[in-house]
Amino acid sequence: MKEALEKLQREALTEIRKAKNKEEFLGIRIKYIGRKGLLTDLLRTLKDVSPEDRPVLGKLSNETKNLISLEIEKALERIAEKDKEGELLREYIDVTLPGRIFPYGRRHPVSQVMREICSIFSDLGFIVVEGPEVELDYYNFEALNIPKDHPARDMQDTFYISEETVLRTHTSPVQIRIMEKQRPPVRILSPGKVYRPDSDVSHTPMFHQVEGLLVDEKVTFGDLKGVLRYFAQKIFGENTEIRFRPSFFPFTEPSAEVDIKCVICGGKGCRVCGQSGWLEILGSGMVDPEVFRNVGYDADEVSGFAFGLGVERITMLKYGISDIRLFFENDLRFLDQF
Amino acid sequence: MLVSLKWLTDYIDIKESPPEIADKLTMVGLEVDSVYESHPDFTGVITARIKAISSHPNADKLSICEIATDDREYRVVCGAPNIHVGDVVPLARVGAVIPGGYTIKHSKIRGEASEGMLCSEEELGLGDDASGIMILDRNLPLGVDLAKALSLGDTIFDVAVTPNRPDCLSIIGIAREIAALTNQKVKYPISFCKETDEDIQRVASVEILDSNLCPRYTARMIKDIQIKQSPSWLRMRLEAVGMRAINNVVDITNFVMMEYGQPLHAFDFRFLEKGKIIVRGAEEGEGFISLDEKPRTLKKDTLMICDGVKPVAIAGIMGGLNSEVREDTDTVLLESAYFNPSSIRKTSRVLGMSTDAAFRFERGVDPEGVVEALNRAASLIADFSGGSICKGYIDEYPQKVESAKDVILRPAKVNEILGTDIDIKTMNKILEDLEMDCVEKNNQILVTPPSFRRDLFREIDLIEEIARLNGYEKIPITLPNLTPHKAHDNGKLQLKEKIKNILNGQGYSEIINYSFTSFDSASIFGMSGSDEGERLVKIKNPLTEDASIMRTSLASGLLETMRKNINVGNTNIKLFEIGKIFNATTDDDLPLEKEHLGILITGDRFKEQWHFRETPADYYDLKGCLETLLRSAGFENYRFTRNTNIAFFHPGKSSIISINGHPAAGIMGEVHPEILEKMDVTQKVFICELDISVVLKASEIQRKQFKEIPRFPAVLRDVAFLVDKKVPADELIKITLEDSEELLENVNIFDVYTGKGIPQEMKSLALRFTYRSGSKTLADNEVYEVHSRIVEKILKKTGAKVRGAEQLNPI
Repeated sequence: MKEALEKLQREALTEIRKAKNKEEFLGIRIKYIGRKGLLTDLLRTLKDVSPEDRPVLGKLSNETKNLISLEIEKALERIAEKDKEGELLREYIDVTLPGRIFPYGRRHPVSQVMREICSIFSDLGFIVVEGPEVELDYYNFEALNIPKDHPARDMQDTFYISEETVLRTHTSPVQIRIMEKQRPPVRILSPGKVYRPDSDVSHTPMFHQVEGLLVDEKVTFGDLKGVLRYFAQKIFGENTEIRFRPSFFPFTEPSAEVDIKCVICGGKGCRVCGQSGWLEILGSGMVDPEVFRNVGYDADEVSGFAFGLGVERITMLKYGISDIRLFFENDLRFLDQF
Repeated sequence: MLVSLKWLTDYIDIKESPPEIADKLTMVGLEVDSVYESHPDFTGVITARIKAISSHPNADKLSICEIATDDREYRVVCGAPNIHVGDVVPLARVGAVIPGGYTIKHSKIRGEASEGMLCSEEELGLGDDASGIMILDRNLPLGVDLAKALSLGDTIFDVAVTPNRPDCLSIIGIAREIAALTNQKVKYPISFCKETDEDIQRVASVEILDSNLCPRYTARMIKDIQIKQSPSWLRMRLEAVGMRAINNVVDITNFVMMEYGQPLHAFDFRFLEKGKIIVRGAEEGEGFISLDEKPRTLKKDTLMICDGVKPVAIAGIMGGLNSEVREDTDTVLLESAYFNPSSIRKTSRVLGMSTDAAFRFERGVDPEGVVEALNRAASLIADFSGGSICKGYIDEYPQKVESAKDVILRPAKVNEILGTDIDIKTMNKILEDLEMDCVEKNNQILVTPPSFRRDLFREIDLIEEIARLNGYEKIPITLPNLTPHKAHDNGKLQLKEKIKNILNGQGYSEIINYSFTSFDSASIFGMSGSDEGERLVKIKNPLTEDASIMRTSLASGLLETMRKNINVGNTNIKLFEIGKIFNATTDDDLPLEKEHLGILITGDRFKEQWHFRETPADYYDLKGCLETLLRSAGFENYRFTRNTNIAFFHPGKSSIISINGHPAAGIMGEVHPEILEKMDVTQKVFICELDISVVLKASEIQRKQFKEIPRFPAVLRDVAFLVDKKVPADELIKITLEDSEELLENVNIFDVYTGKGIPQEMKSLALRFTYRSGSKTLADNEVYEVHSRIVEKILKKTGAKVRGAEQLNPI
């Protein structure tokens, strides 16, 4: 009897292990522990067992029943869980279809680079100021040591509104307007639109400039070099090589053009840098004492430097754009690239 | 300016390679734009030796030459008598091109084949000797390109000379800079004028009537000259620097101008009436024909060179046709003068004549160098025209042209400005290398620059010279001390940044248009509602008429940009621009510049995607965009009012925007169909334009302030009002808000309905009211009290009815 019970239990467990679905499990339950199942059949033979063995066998048969029942329950639970999981799996989606794109707008590349330039100089303590685009001849030229009928005026062709008003040819007049109102120290940055009558692959009648001015006691040309090298390496990368070479601007002396090693050819010489290996990126210099005189500063007490750069030029170099006119055609196929 | 390397070596030794020279010049402030090799005017000509000469069977004067290089032989028919076996000669092979553009071909001369041509100096443009074949040095390698063998090429530097350096508009000027850089002294030309006994003072005179405009005028006379072609070396010099050879006299004046930087002019003395030169201002409206045969009308302040009767030259700019040097000219009066730079500049601009002479005079020639140049030119003319120079020269110098003298240079100041540690000896040396006189005195240097340096008058000018020659690269890199100064908050800039970010986030791309527009567009798109009366700012010298007015709105530019993009197939467009618009004020004042924001939307709200179909954008897309912008900038107090007067908007779909009490901060609407039709645009377009300064002013008032996050629940009440269609929706909102009910937190319109179940002339507006107390949970009766008060007021003021009255009841 005991052997029979153990055999039944073994067989039941084997079947449970082999069963695959709910129906089979239920079948096993009925087969072994159902009311007319094999265990019941077996228990019927209990009466043939000696009374002293009965309680032991009764307990054993109960345990067998419980064990089988439990194993079936567990198996059914597993199946139920799997079914639920299966149901979720059947609800699958095509994860490769594109998402719901909410297109974002682009900022104009010139405006992006302008912001970048301003933020670099802001880090150095420069404050952004703005001025009028239609400007008095006095501020645009004369106060900057560019008298009427002076050849230096050839450096900047000019749109005239009247005899005395022009479309500003650079953002430098802002430095005069600020110095007239403020005593040193002065650290300003003036970004904005400027105008010159010129139109070809590298010129547009309107473009953007950022002009910087720093005036304080004992400001040196070395300081100018330091500030502009910091700028060049921030905007073109930390390994950017930079050189200063003498030039002429009426409102600075000594004056310097600033070049960077050509970003296209790395200095070997190419079409973009005109084989020189260098690219001009800005003009700069120590503020001319005449300019200080015009705003009532004493050139023996303060000194300073100024610089001006073309935003389009920097942008063209950064992105390898070869035609400046693209900036103002505003073709979305162009703008969307930035 | 073009500078010939060969010409430079007349005055200095050059050991450096052309790229090294270019780099040196660039790094001293004379930027070399390009360096190029110039070649003689022929190709395919090689050196070759004559192996044998035999006579031509069919022609007495011709011979047949066997010509050989190291690896080939040629057979050439030649007519020159001066050749001998063993001579090395220039051979133009078949395919060679010689001056004048002639290509050498296989030919048969009197029945004999010729594989090329032996050339004379003249035929190669290398000299004037046409008498025979050019006989070369026998030691030259054979079969080598002739230009290489004779090193005929030159190197040309294209130098960008800045306006402050007129002294460098000459070969000697450039040589001086190189000399200073390479520790040399310039070998100046020495001119010797062999004079006759005839004194110039007895045959000619000069009178200056305006010494302001002409401080100095000098002249020499050369007689018995013969006008002819210049010698080839002279022509080559001029051609190398981009000038055209004309005749010996004119070429020499140009040569000396290029050499010294002093423009000169030669008059045919025959045509100078009374043998006189009078320098005076022109008569207003006086006519004159210049050398280029163009008639000119003179202004009163134009300085003229006249003879005893009439004008013969526009001073410093161009001579006159009436006194030009001609083939039969026998005697010339040579002029070398100093004219007032700004007067020359003014005249050259007024007359539109920018000549080499004017270019130099307006920048300033060496006032003390005029005589040297005069002598140089006179001696050359005598040498190359066979003429003789009259005794003496005229030098009218009524007004001394100031040159700097004893400029004080403080070495300490030099180092203070540059941030360097240059010693006084080095400074001295640099200045002396640049031909300045230096006297050291009490730790200062008294510096007298040479008179040709028109840019050195002040200490700072000398500091620049020291920095330049010492090398900018030697100045140590430092950073300035940042002295504290007032922190400064640029609100406008921040606002603009914010606007750009918000609009980008909503899918709008930034554009930048030119500030110019056409007259027509300015009159159509002037911003309506502005009280300035639309005065246009006009450009006097526009590039084109279409770009002659400063824009008065951003709308026209946005539309134009849109049109261009539609034309290339981009039909779904969201754009914005921030920029200035311009309105003239009174004549004396600067125009009023206002910073505007313009936004445009057209096409589909979203690009078609698989999960939603395209939906055309409408007025409310743009309005929503602007509202998002205003709200995130902190404005709740804005209103859109319908307006039918904005010319470029659809009269039924256009509005004026008021912000924080400013009645006309901007406009928004659908672009008028007629305007779109003219542009061939078939889709609807919506534009708004806003004055940013108004927003900015308002934002200064409205600083953001923290409010406690509500701790008690809100109570919502929805009401649908049946109201006349003509009543604008925001009327209901306005009425709701006008009494500032304390418990009312918010009200918004959540549904608009017309159609079935609603009378034709009515619409249903559903409003959601949010009530909340900051101190407790509201009871229904408390909400009921204020809610019914508001609803009653709306009903009373608008004549609306509540649709389905049950919403009014307390629960």
